[in-house]
Amino acid sequence: MATYRCSYSAVLLILFSLSAFAVADSQETTVSGEHNAAAVDNPQTATETAGQTAEKPAEKEERRWEATDVNTGATPDDAATDKQDTNGPETMDPLSAPRPKDDFQEELVIRPLHCGDIYASFQFRTLWETDFMTGNKVSHYRLFPKSLGQVISKFSVREMHISFTQGYWRTMQWGQPFLPSPPGAELWVWFQDTVTDVDGTWKELTNVLSGIFCASLNFIDSTNTVQPSASFKPLGIGNVTDHRFLRYATLPREIVCTENLTPWKKLLPCGSKAGLAVLMKSEKLFHSSFLSQSVHIRPVCQDWQCKSTSWELRQTLNVVFDLHTSAQGKREWSLFKMFSRTLTEACPLASSSKIYIDVTDNSQGELFEVSPATPLLSQAVVLGDRRTFSVYDLTNQITFGTTRSLNMLIRWKSTEGDMLRPLLHAERYVAGYGLQTGEIHTLMYNNHPYRSFPVLLLESVPWYLRLYIHTLTVTSKGKDNTPSYIHYEPSKDRLRPHLLEMLVQLPPNSVTEVTVQFERALLKWTEYTPDPNHGFYVGSSVISSLVPSIVAMDTNSTQERPLFSSFFPSKEESSYFMRVYTEPLLVNLPTPDFSMPYNVICLTCTVVAVGYGSLYNLLTRSFQIEEPSPGLAKRLANIIRRMRGVPPL
Amino acid sequence: MAAPLTLLLIVAVTIRAALYRSSLVDIISERVEVVSPLTAWKRVVEGLALLDLGVSPYAGDVFHETPLIIYLFHFVIDYAEITFMLADVITAVALYMSAQEYNKQVFRKQRFALEADRYPMDCIELIRSPKEMYYIPLKVAMFYLLNPFTILSCVAKATCGLNNAVISLFILATIKGNVLLSAIFLSLATYQSIYPLTLCASALLYLMQRQYIPVNPRRASFWWFVAQYAFMYLGSLFVIVGLSFFLLGSWDFLPSVYGFILSVPDLTPNIGLFWYFFAEMFEHFRLFFLCVFQINVFFYTIPLSVKLKEHPVFLIFMQLAVISIFKSYPTVGDIALYMAFLPLWNHLHRFLRNIFLVSCVLLSCSALFPVLWHLWIYAGSANSNFYYAITLLFNVAQILLVSDYFYAFLRREHHLTYGLYLKRKDGSEATLVLK
Repeated sequence: MATYRCSYSAVLLILFSLSAFAVADSQETTVSGEHNAAAVDNPQTATETAGQTAEKPAEKEERRWEATDVNTGATPDDAATDKQDTNGPETMDPLSAPRPKDDFQEELVIRPLHCGDIYASFQFRTLWETDFMTGNKVSHYRLFPKSLGQVISKFSVREMHISFTQGYWRTMQWGQPFLPSPPGAELWVWFQDTVTDVDGTWKELTNVLSGIFCASLNFIDSTNTVQPSASFKPLGIGNVTDHRFLRYATLPREIVCTENLTPWKKLLPCGSKAGLAVLMKSEKLFHSSFLSQSVHIRPVCQDWQCKSTSWELRQTLNVVFDLHTSAQGKREWSLFKMFSRTLTEACPLASSSKIYIDVTDNSQGELFEVSPATPLLSQAVVLGDRRTFSVYDLTNQITFGTTRSLNMLIRWKSTEGDMLRPLLHAERYVAGYGLQTGEIHTLMYNNHPYRSFPVLLLESVPWYLRLYIHTLTVTSKGKDNTPSYIHYEPSKDRLRPHLLEMLVQLPPNSVTEVTVQFERALLKWTEYTPDPNHGFYVGSSVISSLVPSIVAMDTNSTQERPLFSSFFPSKEESSYFMRVYTEPLLVNLPTPDFSMPYNVICLTCTVVAVGYGSLYNLLTRSFQIEEPSPGLAKRLANIIRRMRGVPPL
Repeated sequence: MAAPLTLLLIVAVTIRAALYRSSLVDIISERVEVVSPLTAWKRVVEGLALLDLGVSPYAGDVFHETPLIIYLFHFVIDYAEITFMLADVITAVALYMSAQEYNKQVFRKQRFALEADRYPMDCIELIRSPKEMYYIPLKVAMFYLLNPFTILSCVAKATCGLNNAVISLFILATIKGNVLLSAIFLSLATYQSIYPLTLCASALLYLMQRQYIPVNPRRASFWWFVAQYAFMYLGSLFVIVGLSFFLLGSWDFLPSVYGFILSVPDLTPNIGLFWYFFAEMFEHFRLFFLCVFQINVFFYTIPLSVKLKEHPVFLIFMQLAVISIFKSYPTVGDIALYMAFLPLWNHLHRFLRNIFLVSCVLLSCSALFPVLWHLWIYAGSANSNFYYAITLLFNVAQILLVSDYFYAFLRREHHLTYGLYLKRKDGSEATLVLK
């Protein structure tokens, strides 16, 4: 209540004091009012935690909560100056120059994992208050990459999500990622409802994106594109439910490498010249257990009233470094060791540039030690868990210290510790032997001790594995678990894949097994990949769910939060959205002998000719008594006699 | 004669019922020789499951049965085993009665010929006696019911058994001379799987013969009868197709059933010639060879009808054999149907040239199918060529079998006209050759 009143009064104050501004500027002022509200919002929690830490005065001096810092660091006289302060370096003087309509933020989250691996997640967000759709051509680009802006306006894209992933995220070892992605390439796009030929636009779009990202997205065609009815709802604003405008495709075989990373880095305002992006050296990034880079474009609200929208471009890069390959088994990490670079500055175009280190399990410093130590702490609710982070603000020169470079060092003290088990986990495999039939098993684990919750399972299986939907079984705890919703689109040969979506209720603390049988098709010899006996990939199945949350989720989507915790909008406090991708499958198909098309054509035609010939023989000829044929000498003599005009012998 | 037939039916049903209860059912119903994508029971169940989910069974590429089949099993799904056994019994009884009727006619014709003194003197050993013809109908039923191919097909619940029942009812109606029923059953058979269309030539010939209408295109009565039959045939076909349309409310089944049969998109191995040929085909020749192979099935109708104008039942046998060899998705059930006719022609045995070789090849191929399939699909120690080689050999054997019977039939006819012991001009014993 207090916060509400506070923000309300702040908005009033701003409106009052800045009423002389032009009408065009009024939108930005409400946004900055929101910034202020956010800043005012946090002290409540800050004071709570300050109360908790009051018993340890020494520590209290060392560590400050981030929100308090923001609020007090500027030492404001009144709310108005404070508000202008938080707008970042570019908006220091709002009265002389209008605030640019775009904004760029970057952050890096580092989470030391219990197995000794380390998870680094980069997030870059560009917000732009523009409208690609109204018809007037957008030609002036500042922070937003022009290539993507043109794609959005040309193809009337409402939302676009694309990810390239090398490796498989091991949920049971690493916990939940901030942003899940399946191995290979994944692309899903919501088009505006003005698009008439969605399939044609989709085809063109994939080809254009293929060029932009140097990836084989042009291999996306109707045979691997589906239109999920429920699993992929728009993440931005706009409550579209007509899934005719949605296209979803995965390329599980796509190999992600430097040629995909370079164009991705070029989309950043600072490129890889400054800011956090300098850390992205391909030889280190691709020497890791898991690497995922993604681009998400969606319309978001500009303010809490959501009167106008702005476009959000989020670029994320998640990487997990393996303890044994990169750190030579020593449990010690540093920025230099991970990325073979250190940080010297923030991206000058960024309004915020921060590094977060997850120290939730390390509140006393018993697990690992971070140096240089930072006095800033922050809390965020992410994936149903309240986490504590040490924050390094790169826009602040003090962070870099006297050496003018930041090289964080994490040194493990003990190997103890227990990871919080993810509440939802899934795995998948193919059962059966031989090349004729098989069975796909999908196991979904609900690790919640007492709550059951529904999940949406999406399976998109290529046409050459012919699914038999009547063999579908869903069992949990040894009993049949009938899905409350099944959406099944059977495949068409060489035209479209199977799509199976269902809503399954997972009982508490249980494993739910979904099995479905399939038959392997024999393809034409030209339809096989160059290495046919390697097998064919089947994309990950997607499990989307609202998982009951232990802590209250933040439902205010416009509030200032760290980027990693604000991607999936949460509608209610008691649950949070989670998406889990299973392993892709590798399935062998029977193969013909590729070396003998000529032989087969010849032999089969011979058999047909034998049939034709023998019937033709019997049909056209008649039985006659065989007369002995005259000998060779007699025949020659007859020829000569005929030439002479003498009757033959 | 009723008692042995009843006994035979009881034995056949017992064998099937016993196999249905055994664990072999699962193995048999997965065999590619027994079920094709067109006839597999698993796909019928899938179609019903799709219907239950509210999806059109023809929306996907798994179900290729006709709408009537799906509605039939919509009601008798719980009695599927009985339905298939019943279909086999109907086929056998229909073939039995057809053979009986056919024998009667053969005998009558032979008597007229003898009375008219039309046979040469030395052909007395070629004349068929009622005694040796007595057991032929029973043998026909036995050949169908106890043929391992039929049993396998029935146990796998391949809908091929139903098609066979329809075709055998058509044969019965034709031989009994019922024009309307013949046309109706022929249109049903055509509706089930296009190919029986070619049987209409033999039906026309037989019915005209029976009604003493001369087979002469210059006579109005010939064309009048053809028009009558065509009207009945097309009318009932139209009614059936229209009924299917009203049952489903869409024309989706046309491309999904007939397009599927004609364009052969599913290359699942079977005993036919199509699958490997089109798996290995160069893309730009595909359409050409598809046309050639499909025309090949229909192509023999006219020359065979011309040649066998006087013998429409043998023509039916030849047509069935040609269809089952050259159709796009053949199964052993199709072979079983034409093999059931073999006892009808046991008077040709003295003229068969390579029946021993052919039977050996057919038997060994049937044994080798599962072996090489296992080596290719499960053991991985062989490849597709092994299985393909066996299908080739199997088809060559079938072709030889059919052409051998054709040869023997023609030769017997020749002897019945020109005498059995032919002499050369110089009086020495002559050998017959085809020229």
